[in-house]
Amino acid sequence: MRNLFQFISRYYFFFLFLLLFILAIIITGSRQHYQQALMWHSANKIAGQLHQARDRVVSYFSLRQVHEKLLEENTRLHNQLEESFFLSDDSVYIAPDTIFKRRFTYMHAGVINNSITRRNNYITLNKGQLHGIRPNMGILTPDGVAGIITAVSDNFSLAMSLLHSEVMLSVKIKTTGHIGSLQWEGDNYRTAHMSYIPPHVDLQTGDEVVTSGLSAIFPENIPIGHITDWEIRRGETFYTARIELNMDFNTLSYAYIVKNLMQDEQEELEELVSPDI
Amino acid sequence: MLSWRLVILFILLVLIQVTILNQVAIGGYINPQVYLLFILILPLNIPGWLLLLYAFAMGMAVDMFSDSLAIHTASTLFMAFCRPGIIRLVSGSFEKDSGAAPSFGTMGGISLALYSVILILLHHALLFFLEIFHFSEAAQTLSRILFSSIFSFAFVMIGFIILEKASPSHLR
Repeated sequence: MRNLFQFISRYYFFFLFLLLFILAIIITGSRQHYQQALMWHSANKIAGQLHQARDRVVSYFSLRQVHEKLLEENTRLHNQLEESFFLSDDSVYIAPDTIFKRRFTYMHAGVINNSITRRNNYITLNKGQLHGIRPNMGILTPDGVAGIITAVSDNFSLAMSLLHSEVMLSVKIKTTGHIGSLQWEGDNYRTAHMSYIPPHVDLQTGDEVVTSGLSAIFPENIPIGHITDWEIRRGETFYTARIELNMDFNTLSYAYIVKNLMQDEQEELEELVSPDI
Repeated sequence: MLSWRLVILFILLVLIQVTILNQVAIGGYINPQVYLLFILILPLNIPGWLLLLYAFAMGMAVDMFSDSLAIHTASTLFMAFCRPGIIRLVSGSFEKDSGAAPSFGTMGGISLALYSVILILLHHALLFFLEIFHFSEAAQTLSRILFSSIFSFAFVMIGFIILEKASPSHLR
């Protein structure tokens, strides 16, 4: 026993290192349990407030771009208003009544922290549990999908960015309707890859890629980007296409959080059939 | 050991790292890590347990603010663990058992640069592989390690110069 203590005290530097190092590796390995590891995340109170303080200063520099984006989006929405159309045929009329049931609601939030340099990037938003944000809600911007909420605290929420190795987005090619899955492969933050496109599909450069609406998180037909080139990778039988993203993650400053009111219903039903998904 | 100068340096480096450098993306994915200066500048004869605790605290502080689980903690610990060996490796003419902090004055420019380069490379190698957690994108990861190390090294050296100019000579 005495020898053991002597041994440990002689090599205490190594043992202390090993102990602390294993602790760090365990925390890193528990990457699935975001809520438990929240202490380590910027959705916690101290970190959230620091990022908010920084954002208050830095956000002034991008006001002009944000303003222009909002104007663009408002113009687009104005163009869709009923008042902008002239009814030329009086025998046809639309009568919206109870056949429309609300499926998605939107909430706006400010981006207070965002990274693009890492392999797994996160976005911190200044709305949290108290505002009704829950994990698995989607984040949109006028330019497309930004990410998915993974953890919430009272006043902040943390989302995996689309630039994260664990985020797979179900997308489709707008013209043909073929479905694939979009993933960021860690290279340039302006491009992602869409895989599982059947090889008989006639792809064109510039084909628009939009969300498929198959997952319960995002609405259908949200523009993501367009195809620049494609190939069949070695050992695979499907096309993988390179997608130029519409969104510039480097200039993200505000976003919409989208809540699917029927998400639970859809997921419960799908679990009945395939419990292992 | 826990002097107020170290405390201020700790807070300052964490703030610079998380509010400025974490938002900088040179070339799209290069992310300099200037907080390593804190581990590099600790006194040469610092006790091992204190060195490891400092490294743990520093890594944890950076992790808390950058949503990176504990990868900075793990790689900073690893770097601190290698530090005494690297000091022995590069030590030539200078007195390595003194209480002095590594600087151009105490180590000499070449030894200081070599010491910093090796430790930064070790840190970045572990950091970027832990970030990905598998080896499938090795070529890309290696270029991240290399280029980020170059920028971290430049920032750390600038830090050494500033600290050496700013502190009165009798404290070195």
